[in-house]
Amino acid sequence: MNAPAPKEAIIKMYAKREDIHPREVKGRFATLRWACVWLTQLLYYGLPWLSMHGRQAVLFDLGARKFHLFGLVLWPQDFIYLAGLLIVCAYGLFLVTAVAGRVWCGYACPQTVYTEIFLWIERRIEGDRSARIRLDRQSWTAEKMAKRGAKHLAWGVVALWTGFTFVGYFTPIRSLGSAVAHLGLGPWEAFWILFYSFATYGNAGWMREQVCKYMCPYARFQSAMFDRDTLIVSYDAARGEPRSARTRTKGDCIDCSLCVQVCPTGIDIRNGLQYECIGCAACIDACDGVMDKVGKPHGLIRYATENALAGRWNARQIRARLLRPRTIGYGLVLVLMAAGMSTALALRTPLKVDVIRDRGSMGREVEGGQIENVYRLQLMNTDERRHLFHIAVSGIRSAAVVDEDLVELDGASARAVPVRVRVAHGAAPTGSNPLSFTVTAQDEPTLHVTEKAVFIVPR
Amino acid sequence: MSDFTSGFWNWYVALITILGIAGCAILLWTQSRHKVRLDEKGEPEKTTGHVWDEDLTELNTPMPRWWMVMFYLTIVFGVGYLVLYPGLGSYAGRLGWQSSGAYRQELAKADADYGPLFAQYLRRDLKEVAADPQAHAIGERLFLTYCAQCHGSDARGNKGYPNLTDNDWLYGGEPSVIKETIMKGRNGVMPPMGAALGSDRDVENVAHYVMSLSDAPADPIKVAFGKPKFAACAACHGGDAHGNPMLGAPNLSDKTWLYGGSQETIMETIRKGRNNTMPAWGEFLGEAKVHVLAAYVWSLSNAPAPQQHEVAAK
Repeated sequence: MNAPAPKEAIIKMYAKREDIHPREVKGRFATLRWACVWLTQLLYYGLPWLSMHGRQAVLFDLGARKFHLFGLVLWPQDFIYLAGLLIVCAYGLFLVTAVAGRVWCGYACPQTVYTEIFLWIERRIEGDRSARIRLDRQSWTAEKMAKRGAKHLAWGVVALWTGFTFVGYFTPIRSLGSAVAHLGLGPWEAFWILFYSFATYGNAGWMREQVCKYMCPYARFQSAMFDRDTLIVSYDAARGEPRSARTRTKGDCIDCSLCVQVCPTGIDIRNGLQYECIGCAACIDACDGVMDKVGKPHGLIRYATENALAGRWNARQIRARLLRPRTIGYGLVLVLMAAGMSTALALRTPLKVDVIRDRGSMGREVEGGQIENVYRLQLMNTDERRHLFHIAVSGIRSAAVVDEDLVELDGASARAVPVRVRVAHGAAPTGSNPLSFTVTAQDEPTLHVTEKAVFIVPR
Repeated sequence: MSDFTSGFWNWYVALITILGIAGCAILLWTQSRHKVRLDEKGEPEKTTGHVWDEDLTELNTPMPRWWMVMFYLTIVFGVGYLVLYPGLGSYAGRLGWQSSGAYRQELAKADADYGPLFAQYLRRDLKEVAADPQAHAIGERLFLTYCAQCHGSDARGNKGYPNLTDNDWLYGGEPSVIKETIMKGRNGVMPPMGAALGSDRDVENVAHYVMSLSDAPADPIKVAFGKPKFAACAACHGGDAHGNPMLGAPNLSDKTWLYGGSQETIMETIRKGRNNTMPAWGEFLGEAKVHVLAAYVWSLSNAPAPQQHEVAAK
């Protein structure tokens, strides 16, 4: 009476990673991608070497808590600008993604860019896709060891230089360079150089598409920005199918699988939009090349929207859908934020004043029945020049600063100044009275800050 | 090492920690393989085998193996951490690391970094240090950090806390004495004298006498009655009421008042006495910092502060 037991097998809930050996590809989009690599990397490697006003032009001095960005000195109090910058970047990303899909991923993301650089090194040393696959299967001959060794050495050099440059944004890169040369690196500098180098080597050399597939959060949430009018790398199935290598009478796709071979994430774009696709358009370049050879028009694989594919739209019709509530919304926030940020930065006063009332005393009675309160003024001259500041008080009749009301501050420096303020007897009622401090640069009257405080008259 | 009063809690915490780690490892191991049925072709099904609501199945998209390895690595890390650092009950860890030790290390490093700077001032005479602009700037920062709470940011004091800028000193204004005051602290005690003087009227008379010493308006009759009673005060304040720096007894013949010079305040001082404490900073700050600080405080009432700007006359 026993039914035969169903046949069962034990499966593993994890899988060995399948190696991907992307084939080299040439074409419009590959050129564009390389232009992006050059642009971003010239910027990244070059920026720390620029000098300005006798110091590094871009330097994030964590120890001194000063962030130099060309002519701008940002202090921890300016952190709001970083928040603003992040919002601008985020909406820039949203807008671009809503319009053209994951172009950030495909062209500008450091993961893509460094993978591109490391792949280039790999190709120069080990050869293109088929040679690399062969080398993979080979036993460990001297040739294989030499090639692998050379590759990792070259990767290591690029990675170390990248790590060195990274730390060079936080420690003056020229002195860092001489510290490296004399083996005199501090423990933290050494740690971060090695850490960032290791991350570059590991991510661009070994992890590659795994970072995009399993680690990157943006890769997963950007689908929220997609809609049916977003440009994505698409295979025109209506034109390509049924695919056939033998006869030209069927679809345009000759099933040469080049689009799969060039894909850095190892997918088949002909299966439609997949979460692994980083929108790099390598398959478009590869397919266009094949279409040239078989005498068919370009664009069997192309940047197209879902609506465009379904409705067989032309470029003009696609462009007409560019302006839609989603892109207008993202664009509006982006423009507003960017405008607000630049206005705030342009109008920002390079002087900060904090008024701290002495907590020990309420107020004391001095000669002639005058009431005296003591304050500590924390002055921060965030300008790069030395200024002589004048401290004045207002808000209470007869209120005046006693003794020293001039303070000199070096460029980009801070100082706490004790300030005594006296008010004539009876000029203010007992209790707390509002008072304003105005700090003005003597040499630049437009540079002034007014801060509110209270003046206490004891009973 | 252990803060527990009972040894039981040590074992309790350690056991939960070990069971937790072992549980994670077992969970990882058992959940990383799964039994599924074979389909008609004899291939394992592409789903995890879970079925909900009759036909809802879960596609098996295995995660990469390196990801699994990372989970195991966290367990290895955790075990390694618990061996090296404190965490397992009251076990101190092989490295003997302590948070207080880390604090002491940082302190020692700061001392090594800044010690020579202060030591260089310690070798020099206090008056010489007072004239050094850099030492003055350091002294000002030290003062604002440690002294300003009581003496005020401008060092002009408060009620009960002496003004440090008027060159009027309870214990003497020599730089070395100021340094001693900061190093060892001071305890100023004015005993309650009400009972010793007699009636409330006697206290009032003495108060009037004291007021007359600094030319404050006072009733001549009460002054006359108070003068002989002042003998009880003279032990500390001296027969001429000029005070005694050895005891910290203030000069009563000047216009400087620590608690106030009105009749009511003076009477209250006589009746109830005063207790005043300047804490000792020697141990906390170290002699070198106190040296710089003493020079700064001395300079407030003696040498013109270096780098001062012209005062805009108003």
